[in-house]
Amino acid sequence: MRYLPLTDADRTEMLSAIAASQIGAAGIDDLYQDVPESARLDTLVDLPRHAGELEVSQAIGAMAARNMPASSVPCFLGGGAYRHHVPAAVDALIQRGEFLTSYTPYQPEISQGTLQALFEFQTQVAMITGMEVANASMYDGSTACAEAALMSSRLTRRNKIVLSGGLHPSYAEVVETMARFTPLEVVRNRPMAPMPGVHDTSALETAIDADTACVVVQQPDLFGVLRDFSKLAEVCHAAGTLLVVAVPEIVSLGALEPPGAYGADIVVGEGQGLGVGLNFGGPYVGLFATREKFVRQMPGRLAGETRDVDGKRGWVLTLSAREQHIRRGKATSNICTNSGLCALAFSIHLSLLGEAGFTKLAKLNHARAVETADRLANVSGVDVLNGAFFNEFTVRLAKPAVEIVDTLAERGILAGVPVSRFYPDRDDLADLLLVTATEMNSTADIEQMADGLTEVLA
Amino acid sequence: MTADRSQGRATRESFVADTTNPVTFTGNRGLDLEEPLIFEQDAPGRCGVDLPNVELSQSRLGGHERKGEIGLPGLSEPQVVRHYTRISRNNYAIDAGLYPLGSCTMKHNPRLNERVARLQGFADIHPLQPGSTVQGALALIDELAHWLKTLTGLPAVAMSPAAGAHGELCGIMSIRACLEARGDARKVVLVPESAHGTNPATAVACGYVVEELRSDETGRIDLDGLKSRLGPDVAAIMLTNPSTCGLFERDIVDIAAAVHEAGALVYCDGANFNAIVGRVRPSDLGIDVMHLNLHKTFSTPHGGGGPGSGPVALSAELAPFAPLPWLVHGDDGLALVEHGEGDASQALGRLRAFHGQMGMFVRALAYMMSLGADGLRQAAEDAVLSANYVLARLSSTLSVPYAGPCMHEALFDDQAFKDTDVSTLDFAKALIDEGFHPMTIYFPLVVHGAMLVEPTETESKESLDQFIATVEALVAKAKAGDAEHFHNAPRLAPRRRLDETKAARSPVLRWRPPEPETQSKEQGTKAAKDVKTGDALAASVG
Amino acid sequence: MSGRKYTDEHEWIEIDGEVGTIGISNYAQEQLGDIVFVDLPEPGRALAQGDEAAVIESVKAASELYAPVDGEVVSSNEKLGEEPGLVNSDPTGNGWFIKVKLGDPSQLDGLMDEDAYQQFISNLE
Repeated sequence: MRYLPLTDADRTEMLSAIAASQIGAAGIDDLYQDVPESARLDTLVDLPRHAGELEVSQAIGAMAARNMPASSVPCFLGGGAYRHHVPAAVDALIQRGEFLTSYTPYQPEISQGTLQALFEFQTQVAMITGMEVANASMYDGSTACAEAALMSSRLTRRNKIVLSGGLHPSYAEVVETMARFTPLEVVRNRPMAPMPGVHDTSALETAIDADTACVVVQQPDLFGVLRDFSKLAEVCHAAGTLLVVAVPEIVSLGALEPPGAYGADIVVGEGQGLGVGLNFGGPYVGLFATREKFVRQMPGRLAGETRDVDGKRGWVLTLSAREQHIRRGKATSNICTNSGLCALAFSIHLSLLGEAGFTKLAKLNHARAVETADRLANVSGVDVLNGAFFNEFTVRLAKPAVEIVDTLAERGILAGVPVSRFYPDRDDLADLLLVTATEMNSTADIEQMADGLTEVLA
Repeated sequence: MTADRSQGRATRESFVADTTNPVTFTGNRGLDLEEPLIFEQDAPGRCGVDLPNVELSQSRLGGHERKGEIGLPGLSEPQVVRHYTRISRNNYAIDAGLYPLGSCTMKHNPRLNERVARLQGFADIHPLQPGSTVQGALALIDELAHWLKTLTGLPAVAMSPAAGAHGELCGIMSIRACLEARGDARKVVLVPESAHGTNPATAVACGYVVEELRSDETGRIDLDGLKSRLGPDVAAIMLTNPSTCGLFERDIVDIAAAVHEAGALVYCDGANFNAIVGRVRPSDLGIDVMHLNLHKTFSTPHGGGGPGSGPVALSAELAPFAPLPWLVHGDDGLALVEHGEGDASQALGRLRAFHGQMGMFVRALAYMMSLGADGLRQAAEDAVLSANYVLARLSSTLSVPYAGPCMHEALFDDQAFKDTDVSTLDFAKALIDEGFHPMTIYFPLVVHGAMLVEPTETESKESLDQFIATVEALVAKAKAGDAEHFHNAPRLAPRRRLDETKAARSPVLRWRPPEPETQSKEQGTKAAKDVKTGDALAASVG
Repeated sequence: MSGRKYTDEHEWIEIDGEVGTIGISNYAQEQLGDIVFVDLPEPGRALAQGDEAAVIESVKAASELYAPVDGEVVSSNEKLGEEPGLVNSDPTGNGWFIKVKLGDPSQLDGLMDEDAYQQFISNLE
């Protein structure tokens, strides 16, 4: 078998060395002598035998072929996962064995590659969010969001978490799941369809009380709505409450004011849009940035700069005393990993973009979305609900959105995300469709989408 | 004051600068190339991508436009490629050599896995596409779940957890939800003192009080001690089997029976499943719930610290509490249940935004299909054989706290270094100079100066023999009184020992642009200069 | 010989009138290694004997300072914020943690004196 280097001769020789030692086992079965007899499997489990690379490729390839790749058709899906072009260099570099097949950098002398990359990643994340510091990444945006809620509670010693109705419902659910067996009380504001001109934050402001640890908002929100959160930040801070801003579409920060500029205390994000790809939902990369003064309550790994004994600059994992392998039951989080290789992909993509590329990419996304919105607004039975947006907006359709989406999928168009997928019980949201356009969407795509909608709504 | 036990010594004051190697003008040494931070290579006007010009008559950002500069550096593609290539060479990797980190299962990462995970049909599908357009992806998840269920003997598996610790959360939360549904409020989770730190951290995150279980003299859970502690307040035991000492819990069946009799449940940390795949089904041991680290047992790459994947196998009793989404066989093929209704009314909510680590699922299934029922069993046996070979060969060189046979990892303590002034840490650093990644050190905490060696099944005998001979030679060197050699190690790595105290006392967690015209230039600019002028500092420090 | 009293968790307390100064012993700082961060309680906080009064982090360990006696925190050593290494270099002097106004001075009788503590730690090795 191609992954197993030991030959039968090796095995025999190794067993005799073992037999001659104090272990004294004569055969493989003796090495398993501590397994209770009732639990020893004498025969193979009921699964296929080993297979060659060709056979496995074919079998898995056949499964892949039964899916509709997003880039094979006009695709307008967003809703927390965004399709962007990933430069070829990103994948080539992350497949270097030195990155791909190394472990967590616990031996810093021989892990400087990973550590330097994480230090650069932390810096990039802090820069684009407008925050002072960032960690070395979390599992995804939603888990970063839940960690932000828990961290807010530790910092404020308060228990109430207020979630905006515009927060991605899956993020809100993860917060609720994580809070379920803790003293935290999670208050979810009701999601409302966008209304032109209505984007104030008063419903959140009134939800803040003396036990509120944080308010969690999203920018742009689930419906693509943009809001000015600076007043909310003031209200929060006056009440001793933290403002957490979630950014599921990280490319938006190339065009939008960063949350740090309007008073965010913690910024969480989904980094998938840069470098990582869609991957049917995972692995993704959670971004987590905050103020320097909060760093000792921050969850997750951190790379920090130092010097070696020869005075050379280098990096180590630092502030580890926050973490589970030292603090055990008192750790800031049970998290033990980050999303290393995805963070690397994010960082390489952002390095290729640079200031000029990142801001231009964001503008390009916005331009495509404006073009799409304007074209769809001309389709009978389609109302564009957003005044302002980045690359995602909400339309109200003359028919239930899920039907339209299913019908268009049969015609080879991935039209968007029906809001009912998140809120099946909300009849008032059943005709809403989230539409995203990125640099990947051509004018021809947009025309196909408009034509398709015209036909199925007729 | 109680210190959480850690015997690590970060730095030694007796270091001396290494002056035996010549100083070069560049700071580079042959293939060993110094590389500044990406931020220190910025030049206005450079960009690594070409994007079309944007035509937009009017922004619709509603006044939310970014006003200031971000500060991201501009580099061309060749510079970016060179930057990451150069820094990658400062990493050790399983591709490059033996990586015997106990409890981490650093086995070979097959490249077929990488290829199939990148198939457009998996890598380029959106998690919210209509079910009809992703039947192949759902089928792959279903197939992987089938393999995991067959190998564990447990009837259900929650696929969404993103890592081992995330799986622990899933498992302990389902236990708590199940007990609460029984109307049985219990407050305590028992965790052996040898456990991974994630275990107590997880139990606390689920609102439990953690109590430590002492080990017996063979390094295993003390059955009588456990029995005397069990009672109506105990919700679960979280154990690792094979344990973090590399031992199989001989009494596991009796442990599980006692726990069940007391109305509690058994959580198994599956970090060490590689030792028993295809030879032992956890369900036959009485385990109710167990996470599986696809990045350990099933060869998905560690990637310098993630992404992992930690599916959780569940008993029939716990299955109704598995987190959303669920994958079910429906009238129109496979379907996702994304809301807690119907059969899923007791389900835990979501643990992450989407369905799971698809990219890791594809890799893990490719690995499992490649090895098959016969190969997986052979792999487990070879892993156990290799560890026992290391244990046998080194048992007269190093001292062994618990008699073998071991499972897939061999545990040693630091008795052999007694009176040598060499610590476990020093020894590990000396291994770096010899071209090996050190073993896991100072874990498990129950053994003084622990060294946990997990060779895995993908090392050749020649590779194991070289490692064994190196350890023997180094121990002889330590016993001969050459402690200096160890205190100064590593000498030949990209960096020598780093000052972790400095890093933690005044944390520098990001690069900042140098402040012009002021004296506080010590970070960015000065460091960049050091790189350019070679390690001239070397002689003055230490 | 100082009038310093010790706990079996390696805190020391030294009394001046009704105020006790509290820190960790030399043995404790040696065990912890380089201290990198100390989180101290706010003045005014009421402590019961055995409460976690402060958090101590070294590079590879985290631990707590437990209150050796009941009392109210009257001040904490702000210098440790900038210079946590004082705990290593001068654990029973400039490396003190907090001063408390004693709640129940009779609790001091239950603590070890210098000789008893030295005996205690020599038995730990």
